[in-house]
Amino acid sequence: MSTILLIEQVLNGLQSGVMLFLMAAGLTLIFGVMGLINLAHGSLYMIGAFAAAAVAGATGSFVLALIAALAAAAAAGALVELLVIRRLYDRDHLDQVLATFALILIFSEGTRFVFGSFPLFLDVPAALSGPITLPGGIQYPLYRLVIIAVGLAVAAGLFLLIARTRIGIQIRAGEADREMIAALGIDIGRLYTLVFALGAALAGLAGALVGAIQSVQVGMGEPVLILAFVVIVIGGIGSIKGALIGALLVGLTDTLGGVLLPVLFSSFMDASVATSVGSSLASMSIYILMAGVLLFKPTGLFGEA
Amino acid sequence: MRREALLNLVLFALLPATALIALALDEPFIITLATKAAILAVAGVGLNIALGLGGLVSFGHAAFFGLGGYAMGILASHAQSYVPLMESPFLIEGTKSMLVIWCVAIVTSALAALAIGALSLRTTGVYFIMITLAFGQMLYYFAISWPAYGGEDGLSIYVRNGFPGLNTLDPIQFFAITFCVLALVLFGAGRLARSPFGLALSATRQNAVRVETVGLAPYRLRLVAFVISGAVTGLAGALFADLNRFVSPTMFSWQTSGEIMVFVILGGVGRLFGPVAGAALFILLEHVLGGLSDYWHVYLGVLLLLVVLFARGGMIGTLAGREVAHD
Repeated sequence: MSTILLIEQVLNGLQSGVMLFLMAAGLTLIFGVMGLINLAHGSLYMIGAFAAAAVAGATGSFVLALIAALAAAAAAGALVELLVIRRLYDRDHLDQVLATFALILIFSEGTRFVFGSFPLFLDVPAALSGPITLPGGIQYPLYRLVIIAVGLAVAAGLFLLIARTRIGIQIRAGEADREMIAALGIDIGRLYTLVFALGAALAGLAGALVGAIQSVQVGMGEPVLILAFVVIVIGGIGSIKGALIGALLVGLTDTLGGVLLPVLFSSFMDASVATSVGSSLASMSIYILMAGVLLFKPTGLFGEA
Repeated sequence: MRREALLNLVLFALLPATALIALALDEPFIITLATKAAILAVAGVGLNIALGLGGLVSFGHAAFFGLGGYAMGILASHAQSYVPLMESPFLIEGTKSMLVIWCVAIVTSALAALAIGALSLRTTGVYFIMITLAFGQMLYYFAISWPAYGGEDGLSIYVRNGFPGLNTLDPIQFFAITFCVLALVLFGAGRLARSPFGLALSATRQNAVRVETVGLAPYRLRLVAFVISGAVTGLAGALFADLNRFVSPTMFSWQTSGEIMVFVILGGVGRLFGPVAGAALFILLEHVLGGLSDYWHVYLGVLLLLVVLFARGGMIGTLAGREVAHD
């Protein structure tokens, strides 16, 4: 295994980790502030990707496509919060899981109805396509590097928003004691809608950014959703810092496991057996990671009981 | 309780009645649908032991459903290729006998439930939902990437497995087998709910601290419930694989866990016949709405949403009246 390949894989892992963070941040905010498990978060990711693909197809502009993704996902999030989610805050987790599972069915089939079953394609903008040479002579796709940068910038912005702004103070207060902040005269209903729309917009952005690398199709959100759940459970539900660290851990484990485990096994096994054992273990690795973390810290790395 | 008991009787009679009418009208496909409903009901009864009695929201029951399915698939595929499953240290041959396959499916899924439950039950609430989901996904990806038994493509079994004295390829005879299994499982689950163990388990769901103060161990009660629940769902998985004569990793997918949970809720969680009502309704909707529109999942989603938001006792709860609590 060459160093160059390894560095490339680390970058790939970072890229998928950063995108996972965008998903996980919304999920963990929504859980932290409203105490809600939102399975339909993957649908918002899908809506972002479809909106981006549709607008890019019509106008040819990637920037407009991103704006459309953010707007469509935020609007869908706000709408769903007002119509459905609002009624679920004081229900138990089972009802939340089922109602948002129902939303997945509605969103997925609705999207299939509008756009058809065939995948759409969203092209990487011309200015960002092609590889770039990194120090050390490593060729790496520029677009993926930009995604890492955008993701990290959004993460920094989110931390600033939570730590430094008035909205952030309200969000943190909402996590700590929601009756108290309602009593202090903050419109808790509006705050909830806002947090939900913010989480949805982050998911939509991730969908649009990833949509340019993969194909945009119905059902694209669910695998990412499950990974994002793994991320927030590892990081501790409700913790943004945990979501960031969990996302990077999961992204790196997933990517590096797929490359390194077969190599590792082939050092003491027959090559074909090593490949199959290695790749089956690699696809299970993040779940093993999650089970391991939960065994030692049942509320995740940064979670509070 | 009388209205619910009457309703249960009607529901219970509905499946064989449908199958017999279909037999008279020479509609084997309807018999197959009734068989599928009976099998899914067995899976639902299994989940309901954990979910309804124990209050354990397991989002990973597809793990047991799939293990049961693969127990059937692996044993039958070895029997049809005449290659023994294992030669050393002792010889294990494949089999085409349903009874043997059921035992293997039950034991395998019970052991898996013991391992998964022992780890998962250390957590509670959302973490429990997520860790059971993770274990299900773990097995799903394992089934996809393990090439020995078909990997992503799954395994086809050419001839349905045998049951002494019956021709299992005849739809109505296979329906009779599955319906008897359902009846036995329902009887067992009903007895379980009223047994001292079932009462202690219900009490644990309602208030674990009090149960602990009277000297019972909630963790052990929940673990036993989880194992029984997993074993029953595994049995349903073996039957389901036999119905389709096909197993694939889809049986392990989280959508399968979701669907089993959906029809338990549609029927009425914690009610003995809830899964039967839910499974029958689910198959009916799939068949009727699926015939009307390719996008029938939208209607299923809307219906589920309405049930969760407005009809909290599920179908049986709505029909039998709100005053009849499920415990």
